Amino acid sequence: MSDTTLHAHADEHPPHHPFLQHHFEDLGQQHEASTLGMWMFLTTEILFFGGVLCAYWIYRVMYPAAWAEAASLQNWQMGAINTIVLIISSLTMALAVRASQLGQRMGTVVMLVLTLLFGGIFLGVKGYEYSVHFHEGLFPGAQTFTWHENPALAPQVQLFMAFYFTMTGLHAIHMVIGAGLLLWFIRRAWRGDFGPEYYAPVEIMGLYWHFVDIVWIFLFPFLYLIHSAGGHHG
Amino acid sequence: MADISVTEHHHSDHAPTHHVTPLWQYLLVFFALAVGTVLTVVASRFDLGMWNTPIALFIATVKATLVILFFMHVIHSTRLTWVVVIGSFLWLGVLFVLTFADYLTRSWSLY
Repeated sequence: MSDTTLHAHADEHPPHHPFLQHHFEDLGQQHEASTLGMWMFLTTEILFFGGVLCAYWIYRVMYPAAWAEAASLQNWQMGAINTIVLIISSLTMALAVRASQLGQRMGTVVMLVLTLLFGGIFLGVKGYEYSVHFHEGLFPGAQTFTWHENPALAPQVQLFMAFYFTMTGLHAIHMVIGAGLLLWFIRRAWRGDFGPEYYAPVEIMGLYWHFVDIVWIFLFPFLYLIHSAGGHHG
Repeated sequence: MADISVTEHHHSDHAPTHHVTPLWQYLLVFFALAVGTVLTVVASRFDLGMWNTPIALFIATVKATLVILFFMHVIHSTRLTWVVVIGSFLWLGVLFVLTFADYLTRSWSLY
């Protein structure tokens, strides 16, 4: 009796996609739920970075001269190169989503590898900048840090550097997590997990990667390109 | 039987949109982002008085909007996603407005 009902029940449902979770009706619903869930997470991320940015702006309003001086100590060429590198990685990430939508297995793998490559270049440049800052003693708490032109600004420049390391550090941690996720996704794409019916994970990975790109789009002008009110520091 | 047809109807409600963005659109957005980056640097080289900061903020906001709409596909997403996206920036606005309503007005004297 119970055997026949089970059988009848099984016949009603056509075989479904191996990656369709049992609590969703179909892949479309599952896709919508994952996108919405990821945006909920990104909301918390926006407010997380927003809190640091808000604190940064409070002190920028308080110490405009020191903020402009400190930003002029940054290597803006490195920042600009890294901005372009990250934008390129966002493009390749978007193209990886597109390739998976079109069922291009190798295209997806290649675009994810390129995304990882450009993410790696970004972290390499950032690491080089960090090493220069430490070499110059330009970090909060450094006893060697002195500001010859204007010694009174030194503590405030150190405060700027505290924000600099907090903001770029948090951003870099997000990049490292993204790189780890990309490695896993390259393996899955290579295995042929993704296709026109099931590309939601690649899409979600893209949402994360683009969000990290957006954070940098704001960090670049905030940390490298502050025009001083006096106008003598270009 | 009726039950099955209802279920099938429901399935079509949730069919994936499968909107594939054309290649030229992605490349155009990338080009706009690159131009925006160059503009940010160029604008910071000139002394525009009080306008330096608003211009930098404006360019960054336009770049972020392009990424959100096209790279993150929000322009083709469901209304519920739009609500969450706009909602998150509303809360960010609340964070900034209320904080600065305090900090920027501390030096104001009432008497």
